[in-house]
Amino acid sequence: MALASTDTVIRTGRTSRFIIYTVLIVFCIYYLLPLYVMLVNSLKPLDEIRGGGMLSLPQEWTLAPWGSAWSTAQIGVEATGLRPYFLNSLLMVVPAVAISTMLGALNGYVLTKWRFRGDTIIFGLMLFGCFIPFQMVLIPMARMLGLMGLAGTVPGLIFVHLVYGIGFSTLYFRNYYAQFPDELVRAAMIDGAGFFRIFQRIMLPSSGPIAVVCIIWQFTNIWNDFLFGASFADFDSQPMTVALNNLVSSSTGVKEYNVHFAGAIMAALPTLLVYVVAGRFFVRGLMAGSVKG
Amino acid sequence: MGFLDIKNATKSYGTVKVLHETDISVEEGEFLVLVGPSGCGKSTLLNMIAGLEEVTSGEIAIRGNRMNEVRPADRNIAMVFQSYALYPNMNVAQNIAFGLEMHGVVKAERDKAVQGVAELLQITQLLDRKPGQLSGGQRQRVAMGRALVRDPDVFLFDEPLSNLDAKLRVDMRTEIKKLHQKLGRTIVYVTHDQIEALTLSTRIAVMFGGYVQQLGTPKEIYDNPANMFVAGFMGSPSMNLFPAKLSAADGKAFANFALAEGGTGSLAVPDPALARHDGRDIILGIRPEAITDPDGADRNSKDIHHVEARVEITEPAGSDTFVVTEFGGKEVTGRFRADVDVKPAKVQTFAVNMEKAVLFDPVTEERVV
Repeated sequence: MALASTDTVIRTGRTSRFIIYTVLIVFCIYYLLPLYVMLVNSLKPLDEIRGGGMLSLPQEWTLAPWGSAWSTAQIGVEATGLRPYFLNSLLMVVPAVAISTMLGALNGYVLTKWRFRGDTIIFGLMLFGCFIPFQMVLIPMARMLGLMGLAGTVPGLIFVHLVYGIGFSTLYFRNYYAQFPDELVRAAMIDGAGFFRIFQRIMLPSSGPIAVVCIIWQFTNIWNDFLFGASFADFDSQPMTVALNNLVSSSTGVKEYNVHFAGAIMAALPTLLVYVVAGRFFVRGLMAGSVKG
Repeated sequence: MGFLDIKNATKSYGTVKVLHETDISVEEGEFLVLVGPSGCGKSTLLNMIAGLEEVTSGEIAIRGNRMNEVRPADRNIAMVFQSYALYPNMNVAQNIAFGLEMHGVVKAERDKAVQGVAELLQITQLLDRKPGQLSGGQRQRVAMGRALVRDPDVFLFDEPLSNLDAKLRVDMRTEIKKLHQKLGRTIVYVTHDQIEALTLSTRIAVMFGGYVQQLGTPKEIYDNPANMFVAGFMGSPSMNLFPAKLSAADGKAFANFALAEGGTGSLAVPDPALARHDGRDIILGIRPEAITDPDGADRNSKDIHHVEARVEITEPAGSDTFVVTEFGGKEVTGRFRADVDVKPAKVQTFAVNMEKAVLFDPVTEERVV
């Protein structure tokens, strides 16, 4: 085996290797440059930024912009910093992701293992729901939230993201469970497990990889959403993205770029964290060995 | 009324009837094999017994109780699947214990039962492993353990050996037969492999096209096939079937057929009653082991007849040599002893044991005698 695989590897000479690495490094710098600019400027006093040299390292390192962005900066009319909005976002994103992932798993399970007349039409409609532009539902959704008494609240935002998220999470889980052998469900039925027992004991424990994919996708989308947050939230329920916009656009007098940069990094950190943490659990092949493969 | 009764059961999907009226009564301790080519309805019937498929009409009863509306879990059955269907997230012990757990058996009893079954199947050292870490044969054992531990009324096997390699398949076949002899439980077993059917069963139901073609003991099925399908499907190499014409002479009946090199072969048919069918076209069915070299013919048979015919090819198979010739325009295989000197293209004497011959109607394909 080892012999065969060395033969199949593409042989590269020194020069081509040099070119490949140079190109890769250039791309890396290109992609990382914005992050670098944000980071170094969030650690500088404002004078240094105004003195030019956005790319240079700080002469005087300071965490003050971070503190300001977090707890004292002017957001809209109040000087609360981003902290309460960060909390709003967390309160919105965690239930929205958890519930939409669970419902998606349940839907996928029903649509593949408990099929019924018209299930493909239902799935088709859900898929269709994934592709409805956000702008189109703004006004009907506002009316619905009003009728439900959820307008301008965090639960209202959760509801909106749930409705949009279920289509995607159902798609993920349906396709994943379609590969899952029916015989496992049949075996469990004969063993005496019911609908939810099979779901909880057989399906869910084997759903790790797709759950991670679904969570990353939902978390990123919901955390980064601006439109629904701006449309349906009140001042006390606004998510991080909207607050960041207010921070940047509503500061009176001097533009505190260093504070803006610090705020922007804060807004991006949770999604980064989810990638780093959840990505580690993204292990393929959890299904290996259930059936002859 | 038997232990497991299939009464007039049918299965339709929409307007397509995949299983026609089927009646089988299985006694306690019987090993019934449903055998047939794919699409014959055998797996459907098994799933109906398991409760995984609904019965369109008719009835399935276990111990005299109607099962049609009973959930699979409450039928007191256990099933071994073709893919083994081991739960990938549980280890072997948990897999085996899962059914007991779902039926509310307490932990201590479960552990004891798992231990007992593991010892019976010699998988004690595998109990902590996940299915992914097991070989095909080991998974097979675990799947059987999961069925055995439930101590059910009826065991259902859905082609359990078809995923194993040839050598292991033979070993597991013996193992299953041993288990049946030891435990004496009622088993319904689905396979497409006629050798498995013959070796394992106490009774066989040969199925084709949604009908049970014949139900009987392995010997009945093998020696007295009810129609040409059963005759051709069961046995390896399969039964020789070739057209012949009946004639009567001296109160005896003869089957006449063309030979490859010209001329006519003629074999006396044991049943003289056939003499009145003078001139009737029939299909003659003779198994390869009933066509031998003259010295290798069955000495107990009173109806050995000789035919001179040209050998087309020979297929040495170690213990025997299969000799192919042509009767009535069809290839016919005879089974010669290995040390007989047979050469292709030479004329050779074939000894045909007509006691074992069966006759079919060429139109209905049903048995005549």
